[in-house]
Amino acid sequence: MDGMYIIITAALVAISCGLLGCFLILRKMAMVGDAISHAVLPGIVIAFFVSGNRETVPMLIGAGSLGVLATFLIEYFHRKGKLQTDASIGVTFTWLFALGVILISAFADKVDIDQDCVLYGEIGLIELDNWILNSGFIMGPRVFYVMLFITLLVVGFILMGYKGLYFTTFDPVYAATIGISTALWHYLLMGMVSLTTVASFEAVGAILVVAMIVVPPATAYLISEKLKPMLILTCVFGVIIALGGYYLAVWIDGSIAGAMATVAGLLFAIVFFTHRIQQLNRSKIKAQQLSEI
Amino acid sequence: METLIEFFTFKYPNIKYVLFGSILLAVSSAIVGCFTFLKKKALVGDVVSHAVLPGICLSFLFSSQVLKLPEKNPFILLFGAFVTGWLSIVVIDNVVKKTKLKEDTATGLSLSVFFGVGILLMTYIQKQGGSSQTGLDSFLFGKAASLVGDDLILFGFIAVFLIAVVILLFKEFKLVSFDSSFAQTIGYPVKALDLILTTLTVLAVVSGIQAVGVVLMAAMLITPAAAARFWTDNLQKMIYLAAGFGAFSGTIGAFISYVAPSMPTGPWIVMVVSLVAMASFFLAPKKGILFKVLKRKKIQKMILEENILKLFFQLGENENNFEQARSISNILEKRPFKLKKLNWALQKLKAQGYLTKENDLWKLTKEGYNKGKRVVKLHRLWEVYLTQYLRIAPDHVHDDAERIEHIITPELEKKLESLLNFPNKDPHESNIPY
Repeated sequence: MDGMYIIITAALVAISCGLLGCFLILRKMAMVGDAISHAVLPGIVIAFFVSGNRETVPMLIGAGSLGVLATFLIEYFHRKGKLQTDASIGVTFTWLFALGVILISAFADKVDIDQDCVLYGEIGLIELDNWILNSGFIMGPRVFYVMLFITLLVVGFILMGYKGLYFTTFDPVYAATIGISTALWHYLLMGMVSLTTVASFEAVGAILVVAMIVVPPATAYLISEKLKPMLILTCVFGVIIALGGYYLAVWIDGSIAGAMATVAGLLFAIVFFTHRIQQLNRSKIKAQQLSEI
Repeated sequence: METLIEFFTFKYPNIKYVLFGSILLAVSSAIVGCFTFLKKKALVGDVVSHAVLPGICLSFLFSSQVLKLPEKNPFILLFGAFVTGWLSIVVIDNVVKKTKLKEDTATGLSLSVFFGVGILLMTYIQKQGGSSQTGLDSFLFGKAASLVGDDLILFGFIAVFLIAVVILLFKEFKLVSFDSSFAQTIGYPVKALDLILTTLTVLAVVSGIQAVGVVLMAAMLITPAAAARFWTDNLQKMIYLAAGFGAFSGTIGAFISYVAPSMPTGPWIVMVVSLVAMASFFLAPKKGILFKVLKRKKIQKMILEENILKLFFQLGENENNFEQARSISNILEKRPFKLKKLNWALQKLKAQGYLTKENDLWKLTKEGYNKGKRVVKLHRLWEVYLTQYLRIAPDHVHDDAERIEHIITPELEKKLESLLNFPNKDPHESNIPY
């Protein structure tokens, strides 16, 4: 099948981002995902500059640490400086992104990173970059394996840490009284978000990462308020978005990442309007019942 | 030095365009940003700047395919940008109002979907080819250094318009930003004012985005306002300051990209204004982090000193001998202090004349005795007050009194004394010294 690796990789991105996104939107931290996805840029440039190539591990380290630094700065300005959260997020990530762009310009002759690539990625090209064994056997696209690893990591993190994540998300006070550290889980979650963002970044760029963190969980949340069904629905939507986005992009010959965000938006719109119609019907029935009485 | 003169005497006309363009853009978005900041909608600028992209692409498609215009028409593009930028805010408001999703989720949703559609359209246009489409991507990353005279005129018009509206509706905007429910109650057209404010934000974004690009446009709105907020509580001053920070960073950004032509103007403007903001967060008087830390340290020291004097008084009270000299281990027996801090505080109390030191033994002076007595008195008076007036059990009042004893002013002290009518005993049957 054409583009099978692309679709599977995109689905993996959608699943890993979406699963973490569920916790982010429940913690009212959706925009932190946005901030991290932009703030990792200087980390990527520095890693590239130091290692001299696109090795995955230095990139993950460089960008991951910048992501955690960004969340730390946001918290710091908010707590110590009493700066409101939205402004704290806005100031921090734009500053780091500007730093990244300046670094790219400064090392333009040494660092081969495109600004376009940063914003909307090049998932269509992942098949050009294969993981080749020493024996010469071609395993398949490198990004695919990176995403596979990250997805397993995220799923493992959520399965193992379900209790901690659950309690610190829904009832931080109760969590603290039974001895679960809110700060620890906050930074663990942020660390995972940074890691996933960075890994997905190469494939789909900053914006699709945000779309995948926010849109599928938001859609799932409209359907179910329970956490487990929400997580499962998010994965299902992720796969639908990956498939639909790929074929939409092929059809109109445009960016795959952009098409996936578009499909995600359409999916949300459909669920949103069905939800609205149900709400209106319910209130109509109620009004009828009232008038009968 | 030579380049500095070259730059500020406008040796080349291009310098003038870039400099004034950057300043106009930075100032007008900083002014509008103050209001979105105060309404706690700072990230609206971020959403709008991403959401203008599909509008730009659609209006480009419209003008090239339907109207068959050979060139990009900036006004048609800006109109398209305006429409979708505006739509993105409508989407956020509706999602928040009609579903249980929170504002942050709605914001991320609107931002990423609009931008995704924009990217899809833009890549579609680029694959179509055609010479007129080149330069569309300057909307993505901005190209302040390639500003020309026409752009400057457009910027100028928009900036003057924005500033004029803000001046005309200053009182209304002020009230809506600080207390919109009150504004509603006294009959202000809050919805209409919100609409105008949103429109101004969209306008600022639409005009600025070509210079600094999608991501950094948000900073032009948020960062100067956030920095200015740390220096003042007065809205008018805040706006002047924000505009000043904007103009300063616009100038420096334009200068840096003139000196080093490979450096992009927009990101440098944002870098400078961010550094100004960071400096404000730390150094601003009263609100700055450094100031707060120093103030807390000072209060902690004062509390430590008062606690030591209180301790000397209590020890003297127990033995009925306030003249007794005491060693450090005597003090630590009664109450554990950190040794280093204790030594430091004892030295300071000696310098202030509250204690004297002889052969490593410490003794209260007359002033020290009075001050220690006052702290003990306030502690016990407060315990009486809590048990009598708030009906709190006597074994629950100590911790509260331990804190308040350092804070009560002489005026409050007099009031407490007369209110409680100079009681002799506290709830734990200790004498209250006067």
